[in-house]
Amino acid sequence: MISLKVNGKSRQIDVAPDTPLLWALRDTLQLTGTKYGCGQALCGACTVHVDGVPTRACVTPVSAVAGRSISTIEAVDAGKVGRAVQEAWRRLDVVQCGYCQSGQIMSAVALLTTNRKPSDADIDNAMSGNLCRCATYQRIRAAIHEAARNLAKEKQA
Amino acid sequence: MNAPAIENLSRRGFLQGVGGLTLGFCISAPFAPAALARIGVSPAPTFGFNAFLRIASDDSVTVISKHLEMGQGTYTGLATILAEELDADWKTVRVEGAPADASRYNNLFWGPAQGTGGSTAIANSWGQLRAAGATARAMLVAAAAKRWQVPGAEITVREGVVSHAASKRKARFGELAEAAAQEKLLIDVALKKPADFRLVGRHARRLDSADKVNGKALFTQDVQLPGMLVAVVAHAPRYGAVLRGFDAAAAKRVKGVVEVVQIPSGVAVLAADTWSAKKGRDALKLDWDEARAFKLGTDEILAKYKELAKTPGLVAHTAGDADAAFAKAAKVIRAGFDFPYLAHAAMEPMNCVVKRTAEGCEVWNGEQLHTGDQYALAGVFGIKAEQVKINMLYAGGSFGRRANTKSDYVVEAANIVKAIDGRAPVKLVWLREDDMRGGYYRPLFHHALEAAIDAEGRLAGWRHRLVGQSILKGSPFEGMVKNGIDAVSVEGAANLPYAIPNMRVDLHTPEDIPVPVLWWRSVGSSHTAYSTEVFLDQVAKAMGKDPVALRLDLLGKHPRHAAVLRLAAEKAGWDKPLAAGKPGTRRGRGVAVHESFRSCVAQVAEVTLAADGTIKVDRVVCAVDCGIAVNPDNVRSQVEGAVGFALSAALYGEIALKDGVVTAGNFDAYPILRINEMPRVEVHILPSQANPTGIGEPGVPPLAPAVANAIGAATGRFPGRLPFRSEELKA
Ligand code: FES
Ligand code: FES
Repeated sequence: MISLKVNGKSRQIDVAPDTPLLWALRDTLQLTGTKYGCGQALCGACTVHVDGVPTRACVTPVSAVAGRSISTIEAVDAGKVGRAVQEAWRRLDVVQCGYCQSGQIMSAVALLTTNRKPSDADIDNAMSGNLCRCATYQRIRAAIHEAARNLAKEKQA
Repeated sequence: MNAPAIENLSRRGFLQGVGGLTLGFCISAPFAPAALARIGVSPAPTFGFNAFLRIASDDSVTVISKHLEMGQGTYTGLATILAEELDADWKTVRVEGAPADASRYNNLFWGPAQGTGGSTAIANSWGQLRAAGATARAMLVAAAAKRWQVPGAEITVREGVVSHAASKRKARFGELAEAAAQEKLLIDVALKKPADFRLVGRHARRLDSADKVNGKALFTQDVQLPGMLVAVVAHAPRYGAVLRGFDAAAAKRVKGVVEVVQIPSGVAVLAADTWSAKKGRDALKLDWDEARAFKLGTDEILAKYKELAKTPGLVAHTAGDADAAFAKAAKVIRAGFDFPYLAHAAMEPMNCVVKRTAEGCEVWNGEQLHTGDQYALAGVFGIKAEQVKINMLYAGGSFGRRANTKSDYVVEAANIVKAIDGRAPVKLVWLREDDMRGGYYRPLFHHALEAAIDAEGRLAGWRHRLVGQSILKGSPFEGMVKNGIDAVSVEGAANLPYAIPNMRVDLHTPEDIPVPVLWWRSVGSSHTAYSTEVFLDQVAKAMGKDPVALRLDLLGKHPRHAAVLRLAAEKAGWDKPLAAGKPGTRRGRGVAVHESFRSCVAQVAEVTLAADGTIKVDRVVCAVDCGIAVNPDNVRSQVEGAVGFALSAALYGEIALKDGVVTAGNFDAYPILRINEMPRVEVHILPSQANPTGIGEPGVPPLAPAVANAIGAATGRFPGRLPFRSEELKA
C-alpha cells in the first residue's frame, strides 16, 4: 500500500512502487484528466503539481511522491490562479482537440503562481515542454497574458 | 464527391438533392449517456424532432453531430448551423455524437458511408442542418399557432422564444417541444437569407471549451468499464515479419497481468491497468521470422523513386503539347523535390475499447470512419455491420490517422477481444512508440519538375512527374483511382491553376513497397503544393519577375486564388521592403497560394536565418476563402493550428526507415513544434456568400512552400527536400 495525497485527500493505493504517478492517477484513482502522451517526459501532457512544482507524472514513480501534496487538473479550480487560467482559456477558445490542454493549464498555473507578469520569454521557458499537436500556441500565449492581466485587476479591486 | 447545390433549398428539394436521405426520427436516446462525448446532459423529458435535433422541456436544445470532434471545431460549427435556422438561444445549445448509422448519418459527399474527413463536415452538412433547423422551427410555430389559435404567419421566433405580438403571447421552446414534436414535417420551409443570420458568421464560443479545461472531456483513453482489461501489444519489428513463437512466462509473472494472447498483428498482454500491461509486453520474448520481411531503408526507397522518375509515368493531366514547348524553349528550368514519410502523431495515441455484447459488439473510439469500421468489426466477429454499435468519443487529434481504410487498430482491439472469447471488455492502448511505428504514414514522394520559357520570355511549358505510393489502391475508396491514377496522389498538381499553355503531369505508383500509407492532413496537397509553388518561385526568379506578380498574371481564370493572394500580399505589406534582421542574420519573405478541399488559402511567411542555417519563422500572414465562414473565430483557429502543424513537418517531420525498421519512436526523434518556435499568425477571411467549403486542412499546404520561398529570397537556395536541413543553409 502506498499513501498518496491527491487534491487534498489521502488515498491508499495498491500498486507496484515503480508505477508512474500518471497511471496511478488514471487507472487506479480514476482521475483521467491527466493525460498520457509519450511516457518519457517529452510532451508535458501528464503535468501535475507536486508540492506546487510542475512535474511530469509519467516518469515519477509513486514511491517518490508518497506523502507529498499532489494536485491535478481536476482540482485546478480550487485556486484563484487556476480559475483565472481556465477563464482565459475559455474566453479565447484556446482548445482544439483538448488532449494536451490539462498539461498546458497545469504548466501555465505553475508559471503564474510564481510570476504574476510573465514576459513572452518567460512563457517560452515555462511552456516549451508542453507539446500541442494542434499547435494552439498562439492562443496559449495570449491566454496566459490575459490571465495575468485579470489576476492583476483582481488584486487591485 | 461534388457538393450538391443546396443553398436556400426547400425541404422537398433537400430530400431530392441528397439522394433520398431523410431527417429520420430518433425519439429515444440510443446510448448510455455516460459513454458519449456530449456537451451538457439534460435530465428533463426530451423530444426528438429529427435525426439531428432534440429539444427538452427545460429548453435545452441538443444537436446530434454525425461528425467526429477531433479538435477542428465541428461540434460547435454544426450546432451553429442548425441553431441558426431554428432561432435557438445559443446558451441552451448542447451537442451529442451520433451513433453509427449510415442510413441517417452518412457523409453526403461520400455516398452511403458515415465518416469525417476531407474537410467536409461543415460543407456537406450545411444544407442538411439548415433544413433540420428550419423544419423544426416550423413545427414549433405550428404547435404555437394551434395552441394560441392564431395564424402561423403572424408568429415570430427569436433566441428560443416563440411569440405572437398581436395577442402578446410567448412560449419558450421547452414549453412547446412536446406538442411540436408531434407536428408533421412541413414540406416547403424557406431558409434564411444570409443577411438575416444571427449566429452564422458571428463569434459563437466553442461548446467543448469548458470540459477541455477541467479534465472532464472524455477521450477513448479515459474509458473505464466494469471488468475491463487493458491490452498493450508487441508488434512486428518489420513489415512482413511473421511470428514463429513466443515465451510469455516472464510477462505472466508481472503483477497485474491477466492473460497473454496471440493475435494476427502480434502478441497482446492483458492486465488490469496500463502500466502492468506495458511491463508485461516488455517482458515478452518473441521469435520473429523475418526472412520475407521488408528490409529497405528510406534512402533506398528514394533512390528507387529517382530512377523511376527518369521514365515516363501514367499521364494524369495534359494540355497543349508539352514536349513541343520544351523543344522550342529558349530556357529550361529543372528541379527535384523529396518528401519523407510523415506520422500523424496525434497527441492521443491510437486506442480503442471493444466489448462483446449479446447484440453483437460495442465500441468506444474517436470514431472517424463509422461505416468502414462497422464492416471490419463485423468481419472479425462474424456478425452483421449493424450489430456493431459505436460510441463516438472526442478524439485527441487525428489528422487523418483515425480514418483508417483498413481499420487497423480498431480491428486489433477486436481481435484481442475475440482471442479471449469476449470474456472482458478490452481497452487497446498503443504507447507512443507503437503509434509512431504503426505505419499508415503520409507517403514518401519524389517529384521532378521542368519549365520551358519561350523566346518571348513567357512560361510556355510545364512537365511534372510524381513518384509515390497510392493511398486509395486496395481501400474502400478505390473508385477514385481512374486509369491507374490515384486522384489524391496528383491533387494540387494535375489541377494546377496557372495558365500555362502546354502541360503534362504524370505519375508512377510503386506497388512493391509494403509501408502502409494514409491521408495526412491535406493529403496530396501536403506535397504537391510544395513542389509546384517552390518551383514557380524558381521560375519567377529565372524570368526576373516578382513572385506575386507572376502568379497574378497566370491566375486569370481563378479569381478566388487571385483574391486571397492579393489580400495576403496587401496585409503582409508585400510592396514594402522587409525589415532587416539583427547583424549576422538573413531575412526573407515568401508567398504561396493553394486550393484544397474547395477552399483557397494564400500565405506570406517572413523568415530569419541565423549564420548556422537555423530557421526562425517570424510571421505568417494568411488569407482564406472558405465560402461563408460559419464561425470566423474557428476558421482563424484552424488556420493558426494548420500553420504550426505544417511548420512542424517542414522543420522536423520525417519518418525514416533503416533496414526496414522505423527509427523514430517518440518525440525526441520525431520532434513537434514547440511554443517558442510558433510564428505570429494573422488570418484574414475573405467575405463570401458562397456555401461553406473546407477549413480543417486547407491552411496546411501553402505554409512549407511560403517558408521555402522566403528561404530562397534570403539565401538564393530553394530547399529541394523536406524537412529543411540547416546545414544546407549556412551563411
Ligand atoms: S506523458 Fe509525460 S511528458 Fe509526455
Ligand atoms: S489541443 Fe490538440 S494537442 Fe493541444
